[in-house]
Amino acid sequence: MKIIILGAGQVGANLAESLVAENNDITVIDLDTSRLTLLQDRFDLRTVRGHAAHPSVLKQAGAEDADMLVAVTQSDETNLVACRIASTLFNVPTRIARIRSNDFLGLEPGFLAEQFGVDDVISPEQEVTNTLRRLIEHPEALQVLDFADGKVRLIAVRSYHGGPLVGHELQEIKRHMPDLECRIPAIYRRDHGIVPKGITVIEPGDEVFFLARKQDIPSVMRELRRMERRVKKVMIAGGGNIGRRLAAQIERDYDVKVIDHNKKVSNLLAEQLHHTLVLQGDATDEELLEQENIASMDVFCALTNDDEDNIMSALLAKRMGAHRVIALINRSAYVDLVQGGEIDIAISPAQATVGPLLSKIRRGDMVAVHSLRRGAAEVLEVAVHGDAKTSRVVGRRIEEIDLPDGATIAAIIRNNDVIIAHHDTLIEAEDHLIVFALNKRIIPKVEKLLQVGFGFF
Amino acid sequence: MSRIAPVLNVLSKVVMLFSATFLLPLTLSWLVADGAQRAYDDAIIVTFVAGALTWLFTRKSQRELQTRDGFLLVLLAWTSLPAFATLPLLIYLPHLSFTDAYFETVSGITTTGATILTGLDALPLSINLWRGLLVWLGGMGLIVLAVAILPLLGVGGMQIYKAETPGPMKDTKLTPRITETAKGLYLVYVGISIACGLSYWAAGMTPFDAVMHTFSTMGLGGFSSHDAGFSYWNSPAIEVVAVVFMLVAGINFSTHFLAWRHRSLAAYRLDPEVRWFLIATLGSAVVIAIYLTVMHVYPSFFQALRFAVFNTVSIATTTGFANTDYNKWPIFAPLCMLLLSSFASCSGSTGGGMKMVRAQLLFRQGRRELTRLVHPAARLPVKLAGQVVPNNVIYAVLAFAFLYVFAIIIMTLLMALSGLEFISAFSAVVASINNTGPGLNQVGPASTYAGLTDFQTWICTIAMLLGRLELLTVLVVFTRAFWRA
Repeated sequence: MKIIILGAGQVGANLAESLVAENNDITVIDLDTSRLTLLQDRFDLRTVRGHAAHPSVLKQAGAEDADMLVAVTQSDETNLVACRIASTLFNVPTRIARIRSNDFLGLEPGFLAEQFGVDDVISPEQEVTNTLRRLIEHPEALQVLDFADGKVRLIAVRSYHGGPLVGHELQEIKRHMPDLECRIPAIYRRDHGIVPKGITVIEPGDEVFFLARKQDIPSVMRELRRMERRVKKVMIAGGGNIGRRLAAQIERDYDVKVIDHNKKVSNLLAEQLHHTLVLQGDATDEELLEQENIASMDVFCALTNDDEDNIMSALLAKRMGAHRVIALINRSAYVDLVQGGEIDIAISPAQATVGPLLSKIRRGDMVAVHSLRRGAAEVLEVAVHGDAKTSRVVGRRIEEIDLPDGATIAAIIRNNDVIIAHHDTLIEAEDHLIVFALNKRIIPKVEKLLQVGFGFF
Repeated sequence: MSRIAPVLNVLSKVVMLFSATFLLPLTLSWLVADGAQRAYDDAIIVTFVAGALTWLFTRKSQRELQTRDGFLLVLLAWTSLPAFATLPLLIYLPHLSFTDAYFETVSGITTTGATILTGLDALPLSINLWRGLLVWLGGMGLIVLAVAILPLLGVGGMQIYKAETPGPMKDTKLTPRITETAKGLYLVYVGISIACGLSYWAAGMTPFDAVMHTFSTMGLGGFSSHDAGFSYWNSPAIEVVAVVFMLVAGINFSTHFLAWRHRSLAAYRLDPEVRWFLIATLGSAVVIAIYLTVMHVYPSFFQALRFAVFNTVSIATTTGFANTDYNKWPIFAPLCMLLLSSFASCSGSTGGGMKMVRAQLLFRQGRRELTRLVHPAARLPVKLAGQVVPNNVIYAVLAFAFLYVFAIIIMTLLMALSGLEFISAFSAVVASINNTGPGLNQVGPASTYAGLTDFQTWICTIAMLLGRLELLTVLVVFTRAFWRA
């Protein structure tokens, strides 16, 4: 696919990296030459220097025969104008814009599509905020993904000694909880993926992925580890775009404190947030943390723009007694460095953004793609079409489908209902399958399998 | 003189206009032949001539009024109009002293409703109508004063709603021009008054009583044409009508205006005062009803509820109607009602006292300081309806609260000095400064202010004016800086 990316910032660069890795022709446009040079040095792509919304620049980047335009500059307005120009002047088939402002996001659906030619909107801040909120809802989880508007969730959790299922075969879960439907599509043991079977024994320290209905999640977790106490108090360091959104989203359900060092920003936060305590100060200031009783915090989120600050304040908070600490980290090298150590969870905003974009460029009718384990594994939500003749999936039982090794169908969404997959579940046309791919290599095979054969057209 | 002459010029026009209001009681007097006609003839002439002469003498110094002149104009209007309004009373009741007559008319125009007259049932209908009309006009003047004029001067509870305030309250600036705003508010005021009058009539009042009590209810005054007050009818239906319209009049009239213009009740939900006004008033009424039942004042809870709701709403909204002598209740109940009157009613209503918005801000300021002790680094803006209230507004409210309490203390001491016992002295001052009307004991609901000495009467008169004009407006005129430069 020929894809033009506007903006070589964090989101743009990460996106370029992922897309290049999947064999696409990428052109990146940005005003900043040094950023472009850096990208060109690292990856196999083309760069164009210029204003991302100018028609001449877009033309130079090959907009006339591009398949897709992804506008991810810092400015909403630039992104919108670029999409509009790409659609009217160059007829680019697919146009995706990054939108940050809630004013635009709050418009009625369809407005941006009609007036600005935006096919899809991505909002990294919104994605990260949602991720954080889910992690606060499930303090035991390492990762939480929503499917079917949150009716089912895929959760990664580390098993510990003392969980009733730990040290036992997986099939015993049925004996413990006969009424509960739950699917475990993958287990990672010392970073090595396993597709579990009924007789697989869960060991302490395993990273277990399971999929269950929202209300069943606590019972499943209880099988794997001791439960945390319910989160009540949350402290957020950094009142930027993400910190502010998160506080606004959760302030009614939790006791929230936000720390920001900038006086203007903290005044603005105090104006906008009605149930949050806004503190002006440095999140790495021990005295302030002590004063605000950091030891009683259930979750501490370091969400400033600065990776190093986030790591340091998260470490400090953990040392001073915060129960669980989450750090926002942009540089992927740091993510690998800190996760699983003192810092409980490292969140990379880039990854949260790349997922939704990936679903647009894949073959087959991808509804959503989520990266797991820093991009090593993926969960796909795919719509299947056709009938038993044209499709290799529709009209078959799950056990009859020839899935590549490492891929598992975890659940099926049918008419807004969720069916947790069993070996004898029959797949119908227009179902959405939730497929877990243990590693990236098998994804093309999965895509191919789920596509409709040529006979369909 | 250069300061006062242009103000007098404007005032003279107001006075001439005011002389026309005598026509209403005059017409009634002529229709029912109650023998008070002459009183209005003379009053019209005297008032009009006084206004015309003032205008003649000051017409050369006409100029555009400045903000500072506004304070003077407001004060002069609220003191001189009651003086002219005493004329019919003085002429018809020759034994009445000017002190008492002035108290009565100030009480009317400030919508207090404290009376010094007895034998109300025997008074000519037109005199009673005149008393009621004063309350109604006072309420009308007040709404515009509070919504349109005081915010321009930068004082008063509504200053918080000033046009500059962004966000959901932006709409509270009703129209861009004061005259248009005033017109809209008058329409609402007159419209609700008509509804109130018809309801009273339907509930069983005579047409005259319905008009008189509508005037009194809408202005949240409390004058009645019967010595017995609402016990005269002893009718739950009439009391329900009164309670409903007292509550309506206790709400900001610009909120009514917005609700009417948008044809939706959302305006009441967005108004930060309405909710707490209703909770404070009705909540206290229920608490008092329970208290009265427990104390065996009334045999059944429902009977207690009837009297508690009527009297609590009446006092809390600073009206001052009574359907029983609540002075006989155990002291907790009437004291609670009296204190409620100092903050319950909304700004921009015809009620008196500190106003709910100031009470809310004071409460939040108090809470802010407490939070600051625990969290020294916290940024804690005071908010109202989700909007940040600037600190200078908070300071103004704090100053207002201080002066308000200080004024009550000083005047209570003066009353005690002149020989009144404490409860009567305190309740008379509080009931006057809040423009409520009846106090306790000697000035309680079953008696009048007639028993006070002239000195005490003047203190109450001053208290009524101070409370009505929201203290700062009056006091600024007595500062040296005001007259300099």
